Amino acid sequence: MPVSNKPFNSFNLFIYCLAFTSGFSIMGIELLAGRILAPFFGSSVHIWGSIITVFMLSLSLGYLLGGKLSTKSASLTRYGLIFILSGITILPVVTSSQWLMEAIFLTIEDSRYGSLLASTVLFFIPTIILGMLSPYSVRLLVTNSNESGQVAGKLYFVSTLGSALGTIITSFYFVMWFEINTIIISFSLILGLLGLLAVVVDKISLNNISTATESTCDV
Amino acid sequence: MCSQYKFNSAVISSIALLLLLTLLPQQASAKVVHKERSLYRNILVEDKGDLRCLKFNVKSSKTQQSCFMKSQPEKLYFNYTKLLLSSLLINPNPQKILIIGLGGGTMSNTLHQLLPKSQIDNIEIDNSVIKVAREYFSFFENDDIRAISQDGRVFVKRALLKKQQYDWIILDAFNGDYIPEHLMTKEFLEEIKQLLTPQGVLTANTFSVSKLYDYESATYKDVFGDFYQVRNLNNSNRVILAMNPQHNKHNADINALTKANVNALKLPLKQFGVDTTFLAESISSTRNAEDWPQNTPVLTDQFAPANLLNID
Repeated sequence: MPVSNKPFNSFNLFIYCLAFTSGFSIMGIELLAGRILAPFFGSSVHIWGSIITVFMLSLSLGYLLGGKLSTKSASLTRYGLIFILSGITILPVVTSSQWLMEAIFLTIEDSRYGSLLASTVLFFIPTIILGMLSPYSVRLLVTNSNESGQVAGKLYFVSTLGSALGTIITSFYFVMWFEINTIIISFSLILGLLGLLAVVVDKISLNNISTATESTCDV
Repeated sequence: MCSQYKFNSAVISSIALLLLLTLLPQQASAKVVHKERSLYRNILVEDKGDLRCLKFNVKSSKTQQSCFMKSQPEKLYFNYTKLLLSSLLINPNPQKILIIGLGGGTMSNTLHQLLPKSQIDNIEIDNSVIKVAREYFSFFENDDIRAISQDGRVFVKRALLKKQQYDWIILDAFNGDYIPEHLMTKEFLEEIKQLLTPQGVLTANTFSVSKLYDYESATYKDVFGDFYQVRNLNNSNRVILAMNPQHNKHNADINALTKANVNALKLPLKQFGVDTTFLAESISSTRNAEDWPQNTPVLTDQFAPANLLNID
């Protein structure tokens, strides 16, 4: 059983930490989406309808794609690259959301479809990529089919717990302490750095397979 | 004949007594006339004797949105609604009026009586509130007086695109327990400023307590420069009155500012229970009288934790 294997344990812990962070970021970003859209599309009920629809849709596609991707030479490096990519794709929310939303506001009169398109343009791609991480994490954690259900359960536990904390901490405290852009950039940086760390960890462990790879979750 | 008169009067007086007896318990306890859960809130229409009130989310009196006396519908019941009329002392004849936050529509009704030729746009996010205003608060509509179910921010942005302007904008979208945060930011107030005609006036029903007071004041100051505050005696409400600084030099001398209209409006406003002299005295300039810390952060679309700041 891999459970008794110490280096393997810290590897698992690292993956769980990453999954926790992606869960945290997804819901932190989703919560902020409401604030980002409000100046152009208001805070009517349908704004949340648009946001939640886009996030659910892109997560579902992300799960599908992530699962597919994990079948071909899955590695911690690739996993890290997905993180880095998610950190990059979230950045347009900071750099270009104003003119994008303005353009959409000008072309679409109905704020329901305006907000749907705006949340698609801003959040569809980064959320797909963040969604890919869940099945990919399962792939990296599972070593035999017998434990696959338990691993998936633990993974969902950790990442959804991250989502819960991401929601409450962002809405209760972050919005009071920081500007929205600062929070988004921080999410992007943390995702990117963790991805980089994963790549580095993979390189080290490949060079040094027999040695334990000590890694900590610094989030 | 005489005995019949006596009989009649006895009957009338006993009926009157009976009526009075049936009315008395109603006077003491409120009767719920209408109750519904809309997309945004619980809506409650309550009768307490002659007084009819619109309440959101029940219980505390803090959540009263609109009230009127059924026997004297033209009298303004809430103090802050009277304070909002202070705008007329500065710009007495607004042609186009925008009201953000309908409530029972009592403000719109009052303004229509006062200024029958003016055009009034009422913006209300909650369509159910519009229906309740029509049904229970005799909210009046015609070709010039409209109620539009839309988010205030979106309406303002669209109105700017259509190059519309208003002589008077009334911002009354806040209640005691929830603030639409995107209606209290620097960017929103900039949009409002553009939507005002050169002589246009913004009156906003705002907060007089909690930490939010400082932030809100700093934000208004940032956009409009010095502004005016209208308060009642017990300071439970504050109305902010602001004008476009590009076209209006701030005049801290309230008497000079309102002189021309205090007497002219005395009679017309009396029927609504408003004393213009008293109203003029309730106005004060923020020039040399800022009562919030100078380094208070401004609320922006990026930073608008208004509801969190409103927790005392």
